[in-house]
Amino acid sequence: MKRRVSLVIDRTTCDGRGLCAELFPERIVLDPWGYPIIDGDAIPRSLLDHARRAARSCPLLALHLIEGRQ
Amino acid sequence: MPRLLAGVEPTGGEIGLAEHFAQWGVLDLRRVGGDLVDELEASGLVGHGGAWFPVATKWRSIGTRGTRRPVVVANGAEGEPASSKDALLLSRMPHLVLDGASAAAAALGASRVVVYVPARLTHGIERAVEARRRHGLDPVEIEVVSAPDAFITGQESAVVSALDGRPAVPSFVGLQPVRVRGVGGRPTLVQNVETLAHVALIARFGAQWFRAIGTEQFPGSMLVTLSGRYAGTVVIEAPLGLPLREVLALSPGSESNYRGALLGGYGGGWVSMPTLLEVDLTETSARSWNTTLGAGVVVLLPHSVCPLVEVARVVRYMERQQAGQCGPCVHGLAALDEAVRCLALQPASLRGGVEPILDLCALIDGRGGCRHPDGVVRFVRSACSVFSDEVATHLRHGPCHLIDAAPILPIPHFRSAHAANER
Ligand SMILES: Cc1cc2nc3c(=O)[nH]c(=O)nc-3n(C[C@H](O)[C@H](O)[C@H](O)COP(=O)(O)O)c2cc1C
Repeated sequence: MKRRVSLVIDRTTCDGRGLCAELFPERIVLDPWGYPIIDGDAIPRSLLDHARRAARSCPLLALHLIEGRQ
Repeated sequence: MPRLLAGVEPTGGEIGLAEHFAQWGVLDLRRVGGDLVDELEASGLVGHGGAWFPVATKWRSIGTRGTRRPVVVANGAEGEPASSKDALLLSRMPHLVLDGASAAAAALGASRVVVYVPARLTHGIERAVEARRRHGLDPVEIEVVSAPDAFITGQESAVVSALDGRPAVPSFVGLQPVRVRGVGGRPTLVQNVETLAHVALIARFGAQWFRAIGTEQFPGSMLVTLSGRYAGTVVIEAPLGLPLREVLALSPGSESNYRGALLGGYGGGWVSMPTLLEVDLTETSARSWNTTLGAGVVVLLPHSVCPLVEVARVVRYMERQQAGQCGPCVHGLAALDEAVRCLALQPASLRGGVEPILDLCALIDGRGGCRHPDGVVRFVRSACSVFSDEVATHLRHGPCHLIDAAPILPIPHFRSAHAANER
């Protein structure tokens, strides 16, 4: 079993400020209305620091890193 | 067959306790325990509220080890406008549903049982609960709570919010699902009322009896709300796996020629008539045709209406029914509503044909906090493909002559999700 880290957005809280896309453009882009588009894919170890920083910086605490197993 | 509908006349009142016992025998809830979960596993019962999730798997995932005892919720909100099977069960056979809810509570060691139903049905359920109290049937008192009349109030996390005294709109459950942390922070089982009615019969007669009809993967029977027919709306019960052509034959007046059909309701998908006759009553079959059985909804669409106008009416309703919480759903459904309305009413103003509509669908899909927007996407995509001839004709010649035809798909009181919550 491998640790699997991925990003989840609390869509009910996110109001599209877009900071996450600035901090983590490798995995987060914005839709035409300014809301983040992410996939549920695992974040590779090399990008974990960027992902963490993006999650920590969300002004609404709407971005979460979750760890699961696969 | 019939099972749930056995002994139920097309018209008539509620089946009281005496009649219920005469039909099904008494279920001694004090003798129901954890082995019911094994029986459910063997029965292969899956949920009938739309997601078709295995019931035993869900029950086993309810945290029963902690110090906080679980809550069982019978979900009878039935926000889907084209469905009426849950209301039928609740108003005619409440004791089957209540037996199932109490059996779930006994099996899971729950200390709270709630029946969540539209306000118009609470009175009848309260009476049924009172009759059971006089007979000392339910080990745990059953509460009755009214669900606001809106499409999304039956979504699982919206149900939990409503029971916790917040507006009945979905919430973020990405970190902790309601089965872990639900009503009052307690592990919560939210189960559709029809699912619980099947539980009541499995608790009596066992898994083997249940499996006598249906398929290996989807055993048993299901309730289907069939509408759009010239002969009106009916709820019928059919074994899972039955070809839809035979389901239609169960109710005379359905077999004539239609333009297409909607499966699964307003979050479901359209199929052509030839496809409809290929589908069988399993979620696997429905999925293979890019639709879903949802909560068992089949709407036949007659030739007398413009399908694109019908689609536009429903998309507008679904747009108004979103909770206004999630950006992609708020903005995406508004844009989709505008585009679909143009396609039906002013196709000339639609630049790029259906492409922009399909692009919007791709942008919205999977990006809400709940599955509400995904359902709208399935509804619109399937319409664009099944009614591609009508789409092409509209784009070439403008709105069709059926633009003012009397509508088929029911649009309930045109209130937003929030207005319904304020009541
Ligand atoms: C927008 C939306 C509305 C829903 N409305 C209902 C409903 O009215 N009744 C219901 O039983 N399930 C409804 N569901 C499904 C519930 O979230 C949940 O899956 C179901 O109640 C579980 O019961 P089951 O496993 O017995 O089907 C809805 C889901 C969504 C996404």
